[in-house]
Amino acid sequence: MTAMTAETPEAELTAAIAAAAQPADSLPTAQRQLVIINWSGQYDKVMPTLIMSSVAAASGYKASVFLTFWGLLPFVRDDRRITGENWMQKMLSAMQRPGISHLKMSQMNFLGMGPWMIGKLSKQYNVASPKELLEACQLMGVEFLPCQMTMDMYGLKREDMIDGLGPATGAATVLELMTEDHTASLFI
Amino acid sequence: MTTEAIHSTVDAKGLSCPMPIVKTAQHVKTVPSGALIEVLATDPGSVKDFAAWTRSTGNAIVEQSQEGTVFRFVIQKA
Repeated sequence: MTAMTAETPEAELTAAIAAAAQPADSLPTAQRQLVIINWSGQYDKVMPTLIMSSVAAASGYKASVFLTFWGLLPFVRDDRRITGENWMQKMLSAMQRPGISHLKMSQMNFLGMGPWMIGKLSKQYNVASPKELLEACQLMGVEFLPCQMTMDMYGLKREDMIDGLGPATGAATVLELMTEDHTASLFI
Repeated sequence: MTTEAIHSTVDAKGLSCPMPIVKTAQHVKTVPSGALIEVLATDPGSVKDFAAWTRSTGNAIVEQSQEGTVFRFVIQKA
């Protein structure tokens, strides 16, 4: 690094730009992978999941999102209101409205006032909605893997879910993905 | 200089992270290798983001400028 020390700020900047333009010396991106365990069904958690996975796929990473527990319900079709077979499963969906367009916030939800304000601000500042981001993810090839156990527990059937989801998956499969080389794993 | 050779433009003005990158990546998929893509963005974070994105994908930023609040990148598809 000392040999490269620049004398002027301009030269320093040029050197920095040149360094930034160099391709990463690491491995080909085809081998890089992002795995996210999406465990929450709340707006402020699902958003980073969608943002990070869409960018990963856009950057040539293999991106997989495991949908488990509360994190599965946003991936139910927007037009499903009450899902499940028995009263407890129905009650669960009554308490957490399924669908990517119906996310609540983990804090400051205030009976919908919080999400309403965030929605307004997002429009004003041109931030993509969760639905738009999900579409971008699917277009870029992010693989969404529903948790089989959660589907059973919620009484969800394949036809309740959005199109394009990957196969129902178990923990061992996800663990295998997470421990592959050049893999970043997040639990959100 | 590269202006005549620009294959197409991605207008990401006004869009916030991550859409400039996502839109560009989607577009790049549709163009032939070696094509020059012009990207216009107003998100200040896009300067670092496009540098990182090109490092990850192997595409190259061949020209970069700023006019007012608009950042312009010319990207060559790998």
